[in-house]
Amino acid sequence: MANKLLANKNLLWLQSGGCGGCAISLLNAETPDLITSLEIAGINLLWHPSLSERSGTYYQKLLKEIQDGTVRLDILCVEGAVLCGPNGTGAFHLLAGTSTSMMELIANLSAIADHVVAIGSCTAFGGISAGGDNHTQATGLAFDGKEKGGFLGQGFCSRSGLRVINIPGCPVHPGWVIENLMMISSGLMKDDELDDWGRPHNIANRLAHHGCPRNEFYEYKASALQLSDLGCLMENLGCKGTQASADCNTRPWNGGGSCITGGYPCIACTEPGFEEPGHPFLETLKIAGIPVGLPIDMPKAWFVALSALSKAATPKRLKQNARCDHIEVLPEQRNKADE
Amino acid sequence: MARRILGPFNRAEGCLEIKLDIEEGEVTSALVVSPMYRGFEKILQGKDPCDALVYVPRICGICSVSQSVAASRALADLQGITPPPNGQLSHNLLLATENVIDHLTHFYLFFMPDFARPVYKEHPWFERAEKRFKAIKGDAAKQMLPARAAFLHIMGIMAGKWPHSLAIQPGGTTKALEINEKLRILSLLANFRHFLETVLFGDRLENIAAISSMEELENWVSQKGSEDSDFCRYIEIAGKTGLVNLGRCRQDSFLSYGAYKSDNDPVFAAGAIKKMQKHDFLSQKITEDLSHSWMSQSNGAKHPFDGMTIPDYGADNGYSWCKAPRLDGEVFELGALARQSVDGHPLVRDMVRQNGANVFSRTIARLLEIALTIPLMEQWVGELQPGERFCITEKMPDEGQGVGLVEAARGGLGHWIKVKNNYILNYQIIAPTSWNFSPRDEAGTPGALEQALVGTKVDESDEEPILVQHVVRSFDPCMFCTVH
Repeated sequence: MANKLLANKNLLWLQSGGCGGCAISLLNAETPDLITSLEIAGINLLWHPSLSERSGTYYQKLLKEIQDGTVRLDILCVEGAVLCGPNGTGAFHLLAGTSTSMMELIANLSAIADHVVAIGSCTAFGGISAGGDNHTQATGLAFDGKEKGGFLGQGFCSRSGLRVINIPGCPVHPGWVIENLMMISSGLMKDDELDDWGRPHNIANRLAHHGCPRNEFYEYKASALQLSDLGCLMENLGCKGTQASADCNTRPWNGGGSCITGGYPCIACTEPGFEEPGHPFLETLKIAGIPVGLPIDMPKAWFVALSALSKAATPKRLKQNARCDHIEVLPEQRNKADE
Repeated sequence: MARRILGPFNRAEGCLEIKLDIEEGEVTSALVVSPMYRGFEKILQGKDPCDALVYVPRICGICSVSQSVAASRALADLQGITPPPNGQLSHNLLLATENVIDHLTHFYLFFMPDFARPVYKEHPWFERAEKRFKAIKGDAAKQMLPARAAFLHIMGIMAGKWPHSLAIQPGGTTKALEINEKLRILSLLANFRHFLETVLFGDRLENIAAISSMEELENWVSQKGSEDSDFCRYIEIAGKTGLVNLGRCRQDSFLSYGAYKSDNDPVFAAGAIKKMQKHDFLSQKITEDLSHSWMSQSNGAKHPFDGMTIPDYGADNGYSWCKAPRLDGEVFELGALARQSVDGHPLVRDMVRQNGANVFSRTIARLLEIALTIPLMEQWVGELQPGERFCITEKMPDEGQGVGLVEAARGGLGHWIKVKNNYILNYQIIAPTSWNFSPRDEAGTPGALEQALVGTKVDESDEEPILVQHVVRSFDPCMFCTVH
């Protein structure tokens, strides 16, 4: 048994309108592994869909005990959007073995949980489950896309007085979940730790662009023309790394990757509404040749001026490498070996 | 007759309900209910065809790469292109990584914890099983999780991240590997092989793969002893609990679309088996029947190119969001057992000959497949040519159709796409668990699990009938994929 740093907190994990990918991503936690991490965080799993022993009757009994107050619910993690359809009935997801909709269960449990944590962008904002014309009436807990309110309504606070804590991402990074559960269990999670979208600053106070391995190409506007080119993906292939709040390129995924190291542009999956960008994901919307989605905080005139300047100054190495799938031109060597 | 409604099942990737009719302590009829609907097939309508590669991995968190590869093959079919050798090898490696991880996760986290439940506490092997496999508390999971996470670094290197990797494209993968990355993948494979050979199997993978009959398997275990490895522990427990007689499907019909590719041919063969006879299969003969689904329907079962998804909760005779896939109107079982049966692995053939598809043989086939797949992966990494292309790009035609078939861990997965005026007109998906956990069809024929549950003994005093749990989990269900 690992030494527990923190107090004992009861956690219940519900899955609804999602793919289960956030729970699976959480299993990828490393040094320490997920089970040890939870032990250290002082988290007692009341029930988790991929880890717990018991099902059916036991689970239904547990839900009753939580609702009548016999079992304390410190942390409610919901994974997946709330499916309110068809016609507001919630029948697109009835909890197996019962005639209760998940919609109703989520409402009941959110009202009595100390902390409510939305796991992943579906739960936070609706996400992929709310794609297309959203015929399932999928919504996030505290936001419906970019609209405040969501399923639990504007002004919702859990028993602790906190807003819904939104861990965004599609899927979440395991570290985002574990560190923020530790914040909660150690009493450090306060309202001023969350941004306007309810996302912890420890995830969202930086951009996916930070630490981008293609940064030198970005600086010189040496752009990829097609997927698998090494160049910057912003100008022609829709990359939103400069507009997405997340630390994907400073905190490695699966030991060292990110969507961008894998060769694919950032689709801003931590942002509300990412599922319907209004254009194909691989397209950069432009007006008069200038990308519509400028880097966050950057005045347009500056962007235009700097881009023009840096394009004029692009070294041949970057210009050429940007359009290859492996490095063809090496950096020049300042020092030459003595003959 | 008594009716029992069981659910939710955990360790089943999503929400699942089972309705059982029980007479004299035995299941006489079962209904399998998939209670959640998200509507990906409708979400995809009207999208840019390439955007499918962003949406479809999100169908499922545990088999996202399989969804991506199926979509990439459907798009490649539409475009009439084939990935270059490096691209094909990368697709193989990413798929294999996911399939192996899924088999491993199923064994340690989803399946084995049922044998550490108090219902077995009177058995002499219980204490050992509890120490090893108890949910959350057992020492096996703590040993497996770091090995699992380290192996998934292959995904980090080759595709950026997992789940929901975006690197998989019709023309290959967007990540061109360098020579040092190729070596890192080889070392991750070696590291994982060590875990498998010391902890899971207690023997060389090649020796496991070479076991060719039930008799050889029994001899192998008796030489090793029941505490030598988790594989041995499982075989001992399975023997003592009679898993070989549990969860038998009525007709032992198997289907595999063929797994992985080498020069465009499948590495594990494609085909269908009926009454022990192997046949070629034609994907044109696949249909989906909506007679017992909560779906609007017109004019009977349809091939997925003509399929429709119009949810209708409360539709006449409907009891599940899952449609009923059939080949030539017949029910098939899919998964590792089907795949290795169709490919003709002698141990799997022998198991099926003796006792058909059952809880024991399904689980052995998955573990065997881990032992078969790692050496293939080592070979594929060796064949990668850094410096050569990993991806080609080709314009998407503004009209046409394509099909993408792939073997996910749980069995054959198919995507059917129709494009018109540059946008997706129709997109239909049939997942392996849609086959295995299918509802009845128009003729009233139950799906594979519905058949496999019949005859299962149910102890009335057991709130969560343990044998039912084993049968359900022996299919390694993925309910997220089932309805999508």
